[in-house]
Amino acid sequence: MSTMELEAAVGVGQSLDELRQTFRSRRTRSVEWRKAQLRAILKLISDNEDHIFAALQQDLGKHPVETYRDEIGVVVKSANHALSCVEKWMAPKKGQVPLLLFPSKGEVLPEPLGLILIFASWNFPISLALDPVIGAISAGNTVVLKPSELAPACSSFLAKSIPSYLDSKAIKVIEGGPAISEKLLQQKWDKIFFTGGRRVGRIVMSAAAKHLTPVTLELGGKCPVILDSLSDPSDIKVAVKRIAGGKWGPCSGQACIGIDYVLVEDNFASTLIELLKKTIKRFYGENVKNLKNLSRIVNRQHFDRLRNLLEDPKVAASIVHGGSLDENNLIIEPTILLDPPLDAEIMTEEIFGPLLPIITLNNIQESIEFIDSRPKPLVIYAFTKDETFKKQILTETSSGSVVFNDVLIQFLCDSLPFGGVGPSGFGRYHGKYSFDTFSHEKAVLQRSFFPELEARYPPWNDFKMQFIRLGYRFNYLGLLLLFFGLKR
Amino acid sequence: MEAVAEVGGSYAELSQTFRSRRTRSVAWRKAQLQAILKLLHDHEVQIFDALHQDLRKHPVESFRDEIGVVLKSANYSLSCVEKWMAPKKVPIPLLFFPSKGEVFPEPFGLVLIFSSWNFPISLSLEPLIGAISAGNTVILKPSDLAPACSSFLAKTIPLYLDSNAVKVIEGGMDIAEKLLQQKWDKIFFTGSPQVGRIVMSAAAKHLTPVTLELGGKCPTILDSLPNPSDIKVAAKRIAGGKWGPCNGQACIGIDYVLVEDRIASALIESLKKNINRFYGENVNNLENLSRIVNKQHFDRLRNLLDDPSVAASIVHGGSLDEKNLMIEPTILLNPPLDAEIMTEEIFGPLLPIITLNNIQESIEFLNSRPKPLAIYAFTKDETFKKQILTETSSGSVIFNDVMVQFVCDTLPFGGVGQSGFGRYHGKYSFDTFSHEKAVLQRSFFPELEPRYPPWNDFKMQFIRLAYRFDYFGLLLLLSGLKRTFA
Repeated sequence: MSTMELEAAVGVGQSLDELRQTFRSRRTRSVEWRKAQLRAILKLISDNEDHIFAALQQDLGKHPVETYRDEIGVVVKSANHALSCVEKWMAPKKGQVPLLLFPSKGEVLPEPLGLILIFASWNFPISLALDPVIGAISAGNTVVLKPSELAPACSSFLAKSIPSYLDSKAIKVIEGGPAISEKLLQQKWDKIFFTGGRRVGRIVMSAAAKHLTPVTLELGGKCPVILDSLSDPSDIKVAVKRIAGGKWGPCSGQACIGIDYVLVEDNFASTLIELLKKTIKRFYGENVKNLKNLSRIVNRQHFDRLRNLLEDPKVAASIVHGGSLDENNLIIEPTILLDPPLDAEIMTEEIFGPLLPIITLNNIQESIEFIDSRPKPLVIYAFTKDETFKKQILTETSSGSVVFNDVLIQFLCDSLPFGGVGPSGFGRYHGKYSFDTFSHEKAVLQRSFFPELEARYPPWNDFKMQFIRLGYRFNYLGLLLLFFGLKR
Repeated sequence: MEAVAEVGGSYAELSQTFRSRRTRSVAWRKAQLQAILKLLHDHEVQIFDALHQDLRKHPVESFRDEIGVVLKSANYSLSCVEKWMAPKKVPIPLLFFPSKGEVFPEPFGLVLIFSSWNFPISLSLEPLIGAISAGNTVILKPSDLAPACSSFLAKTIPLYLDSNAVKVIEGGMDIAEKLLQQKWDKIFFTGSPQVGRIVMSAAAKHLTPVTLELGGKCPTILDSLPNPSDIKVAAKRIAGGKWGPCNGQACIGIDYVLVEDRIASALIESLKKNINRFYGENVNNLENLSRIVNKQHFDRLRNLLDDPSVAASIVHGGSLDEKNLMIEPTILLNPPLDAEIMTEEIFGPLLPIITLNNIQESIEFLNSRPKPLAIYAFTKDETFKKQILTETSSGSVIFNDVMVQFVCDTLPFGGVGQSGFGRYHGKYSFDTFSHEKAVLQRSFFPELEPRYPPWNDFKMQFIRLAYRFDYFGLLLLLSGLKRTFA
C-alpha cells in the first residue's frame, strides 16, 4: 500500500471510530439534531449555489438550469419534505394484538440502524449524494458519504462544505477511488446504500455479506419507452417533446431512469424521427459543433465506450440523425438510430449516453413480449391512451416503476417508492421510504402478568390441547365454552 | 447427480409456471392457502409423528409451536390477501395535476426458501404462506437435520399444492449449494449467521434480494417485582420460554437471564420448581421436553459445559443422556463472561443467570454485545422500560412475557445487525415477497414548458418556485407579477 493509501486507510478507521462514538452518545437520536442537520443541508445549498453550478459545469458541462432542475431543486424538495415529516415518521405506530393476549399493547418503534455507508454516482453527483444522506439523517444515523471520483469537482465540493455545515462527527465525506471504496467495504456497517452499476453493485453486496449488512442497490437498466399510436396530434407533439427531453435532458442520457430506447409501430417511425429532430434542434441548437444545454460525457472511458457502440457497422448504418463525436470536449451529438440489430451491444447493454435506438414493431402489443424477454428495467415509460393496453403493461411486465404519458418525473414524487427490481436493484427510497430504508422497525409488545394462560405450559393434557387449538382459531366463544366445561 | 438435474428441471418448470401467470390470480393464491390448511388437517397425526421422530416433541408442543402457528397464518392470509393485493393510491404534487399515483404490489417470481431444523414445519410453511400470498412460485428446501419432517413435506406438499408452482427439494449442503447457484428473484433464509453469510454471498452474484432470519443470544432482564404473584408468573414464563420451545433450540428462545444479585437465589428456586412441574423430577425420564437434534449439537452443548469454570457454576441439572440426546434443564450461576457459553448462542437447555449489582447495568451489558433477535424484560418500572426501548437495539422487545410476539401478525418479525434483516408475519410476509411497483399516470395537458431548454430566467424561476411547491409564487410568475431575479 502506498503512503497515501495507508493514510487513507487509517483515516477510514478513525472516521468510523468517531462515528461509532457519536452514535453511542445518542446525539443523533433527537428530533432537534435531525432537523438541525436537514436545515444545515438547506443552508449549504442556498449559500453555495454558485459553487454547485460551477462544480457541475466542470464535471459534466451541466447548464445551471439543468443543475437546478436535476440536482439542487431535488435536494431542496427532499430536505423540506423530511423536515416537515420527520417527527411524524419517528413516532411509534400502534399494532393490534390478538384479544387472546389481552391486556397487551403492541407497537412498531423505528430506530436508526447506526453507521451508514452511502456510495453516490457520478451522473447526479449532488442529488444522488444528498438525497440518501437526507434519508439517513432523518432516521437518526451517522453517515459516511463516498462521492464518485468520476465527478471530482462535486466530490471535492461535498468534502469541503459538508463538514462546515453538518455535524462533522456524525456525517463524513470520504473521497477517493476503488482503493478507498474497498477499504470502506471491509468495515462493518449497519447499512450500505449504493447507487451505480450492476458490476460494482455485486461487489458491494458481496462485501456486505461478510458482515451481514443490509444493502439497498439502486442500479439501472435499459429503460424502454413504448410509444403507442396517439390520435391527437397535439398529444403526439407533447409525447415527442417529453421523449426528447427525457433522453437528452438529464445529463445527456447518462441517467439510470433516462430513456434508453423507444418501441414504436413501423408506420409511425418516420414521423417520430422527424419530430424528434425538430425538438432536438429547438432544445440543443442546430450547430453540431456548438450544442447548447447539453451535458458532456463524463470522461474519456465512457466516451470511448459510447463511440464503440457506434462502430459496429450495422449499428452505424442505422444512424438516422446525429452521430458526430467531439473527442476534445467529450460531447456526443444527440443521435437517433433506426432498428440497429437487436444483438448489437447498443441493444444488449445499458447505453447511458445520448444514443437513441428506435425499434419498430408490427404491432405495439409486441412491446410487452419484447420487454419481458429482457432484464427488468428501473422504469418502463409508455405513451398511450388505451386503458386496456395500460393494464396489460402493468400486469404483464415488471419494472421498478411504470410511468404513463411522461418520463422521469416519478423521481420527484415523494409518495412513490423509487427503486428497482431484478437486475435494476432492490430496496427503495424517496419521501418516507428514505426514512424507512435507513431505519429498523422494532416490534414492541407489552404484556401484563395477569391473566395467565396456563394452557401454554406443560404438563400437557387434553384440555390444554383443546385450548390451544381454539386459541389459534381465535375462537373466543369456543374458549369460553371450554372454560365452563361446556365444550368437550 | 440426479439431485442436480432435479434442481435444473424444477427451476425451469417454475419459470414456465410463473410466466404462465397462473400464480397471479386471487383464486390460485387462495386455493394454495386452503390446500395448506387441508394438508395440516388431514395429516396432523403424521406431523406429530415426524416431529416426535426428529425432535421428540410432544404433540401439544407440536401443535402450539408448529401446526397452530401455520393454521393461524394461513387463515389470516386467506382473509387478507385480496386486500393486500390491491393497488394503494398515493397523492401526487399539485404541480403535476392531473396525475394519478399508485403503488402496485407484484410477485417477485421465483422464490427460494431455506427453513431451519428446530421448527421444521412452521419455519417452512410460514414463509411459504407469504410467498404464495404474494403470487410467487417457490422452492422450499427443508433442513436435512430434521429428516422425517423434510420427507413429510416433500411427499405431501405435491399432493395438495400446485406441484408445478411449489416444490420441495430435499438434501444437505450439496443441494443447497446447487440451489444457490441459480438465479432467484428472492431468497428467504432462516438459520445461523454463518450460513446466512454464504447465502447472501451467493445471492450477491445475481443481485438477488434476501431476507435473513438469524438468531443471537436473546437475553431476559428480570427486574425486581414487588408483587410475589408477578414473580411467580415471571419465573414460569422464563422457564416456559427457555425449555418449552424445542428445549432451548429456538432463535427467539431465552438464551440467558440478567438479574440483580439479591434476587438470584429466589429466581433459581422458582425455576427449579417450574422445571419439576413442567418436565418431571426424574432426570432419567424427563417429560414434555424435546431432545437435542443430533450428536453434533449434543457434543457442542456438552463442550460448553466442559469448561471447568463453567461446570463449577452449574446450580441445577447438568446431566446428559448421550444415547437419547437428552440434556436436562440446566441452570448456571455466573459462568465466566468470556466462556463460550456466554459468547456464542447457546441454542440448548442451558440457562446462565448473570447477576448484576444494579439491574440498570443490563443496558450496558446488552449494548456491548451483538444485537439479538429479541430482548425480554420483566419490569413494571416505566422509566426502565423506556430506557430499554431507546437505549438498546434488537429485532423486537417484549415486556413481561416471552415468545408470544411470534404469534402477533401485526408485529414485524425479524432481526437487526447480527440477528438478520428483513421481516415477516402477517402483511409483512406478503410485502417481503412482493415488489411494490410505483405507477404514475400523467396527462398530455397541461405541459410544463420550463422543464425543457432553451433555458432562460423565467424557466429557472419557475423551477425554483416549483420545487418549493410555491403555487402562489408560480401564479404570480405566470401572470407576470413576479420579477425574475438572478
